[in-house]
Amino acid sequence: MKQLLERLTTGEILVADGAMGTLLFHKGLKPGDCPESVNLARPEIMEEIAGSYLAAGADIVQTNTFGGSSLKLAAYALGEAAEEINRNAVTAVRKVVGERAYVSGSCGPTGKILKPYGDADPEELYDSFHKQIQALVSAGADCVCVETMVDVKEATLAVRAAKEVSSGTPVMATMTFDATARGFYTIMGVDIKQAASGLEEAGADVVGSNCGNGIENMIKIAREFRECTGLPLIIQSNAGMPETKDGATVYRETPEFMADRAAELIDTGVSIIGGCCGTTPKHTAAMRKMVDTLTKR
Amino acid sequence: MDILTRISDTLIGGDDENVARLTRQAIDQGIPAKDILDRGLIGGMNTVGERFKVHEIFLPEVLLSARAMHAGLDEIKPLLIRDGVPSRGKVIIGSVQGDLHDIGKNLVGIMLKGAAFEVIDLGNDVAPESFVETATRENAVIIGMSALLTTTMPMMGSVVNLVREQGLGDRLKIIIGGAPVSEEYARQIGADAYGFDAANAVDRVKSLVGVN
Repeated sequence: MKQLLERLTTGEILVADGAMGTLLFHKGLKPGDCPESVNLARPEIMEEIAGSYLAAGADIVQTNTFGGSSLKLAAYALGEAAEEINRNAVTAVRKVVGERAYVSGSCGPTGKILKPYGDADPEELYDSFHKQIQALVSAGADCVCVETMVDVKEATLAVRAAKEVSSGTPVMATMTFDATARGFYTIMGVDIKQAASGLEEAGADVVGSNCGNGIENMIKIAREFRECTGLPLIIQSNAGMPETKDGATVYRETPEFMADRAAELIDTGVSIIGGCCGTTPKHTAAMRKMVDTLTKR
Repeated sequence: MDILTRISDTLIGGDDENVARLTRQAIDQGIPAKDILDRGLIGGMNTVGERFKVHEIFLPEVLLSARAMHAGLDEIKPLLIRDGVPSRGKVIIGSVQGDLHDIGKNLVGIMLKGAAFEVIDLGNDVAPESFVETATRENAVIIGMSALLTTTMPMMGSVVNLVREQGLGDRLKIIIGGAPVSEEYARQIGADAYGFDAANAVDRVKSLVGVN
């Protein structure tokens, strides 16, 4: 398989997969269960999900390890199982996608707040990320995706840990911004300029944003990122904000709508487009179709 | 500058040591603890809440100010008890059963303490019975629930039903919040209020208990 970064530098557009949690609940995960515990108990569920995104045309398929840092797993008394959870997650995706897609090791926030605002030491977070990423990479992940970060310090600790584990493994790093009257900021007050420069300095190979409140905001976010860095960009948007309709949860943005706006993201200079909460393999398929039409493969 | 304004400004700046020092100084000057609380500490925290609401400041600044408020509060607490200053009431907060998200809920807790409520934080993954039992035992006036997952939201309705079944609804009010939650959802399940963010949640709690 051709190297991920090489493909991006030659101007190729890649499609990443969509939501994980939403599909896990469809497949029987109970509220209160640790989403990553599925990797231990029911790896076949991970294989099904990876298979559905591969079939939808994803070039990059993520592991179910968003909460797979030992600090986060400790909330479920699964801290000790971190290595096995992360290893199993990679194995499950690889089994299904083979060399037809990249296996991306997802790495989300620890849930701790760093000193002086909270009580966590940077070393504690770094060690937790290092342990997780070591397991992901040694199990064969093609890249690491540090995502949904709101504190740039925490994000850079994860990026540095990934580069320490394996300097040759591409690291993507994305943060989650709120739209405010004064521009885009994370809840910790990080703006796009600080995110871009912090992540780049820490050694990220691809930077951008995920989650958030809809793909239209992501177009503006991508534009700002483009002004701040020369690195390839990744955008994985929610299908809008979740809304309740007649007691059920709905995400307003349809596959067609998101694919249409994703074309605008590509115009802005984004290299990897994908989905986050509320997106499904249908969204991935629509984006695939759009990218294929655009590049006339 | 008057010392209460200094306490308030220092709290807004997030300087806990100096808030404690100035609070002691105010006590030594004979200023009633109630005034130090209302005009110094809560006054400062209100400004912090306003600035957070309009994104002038963010979570780190709020956390530092909250710490500073606690430093001041520790100094005057014995005096408040001695003077018999009534608390604004106890609020039980938590993320609902199945939900482990807590940043939003923690923030609401900090801001409520900043508004002089007594906050009992039950943490994450809180069972409906636990909310109601604690509220009854502690004689609380408010239950505040947070859910970040659409799959855990229905737990809020379970708590509302429990409160109703036990006939506690007259004095125990329920407020809910979290990304997937809305005013409409609060109405649907019969909650008393919805807070769209931490600052708004505090405003709604205040109006539920009838204070400014």
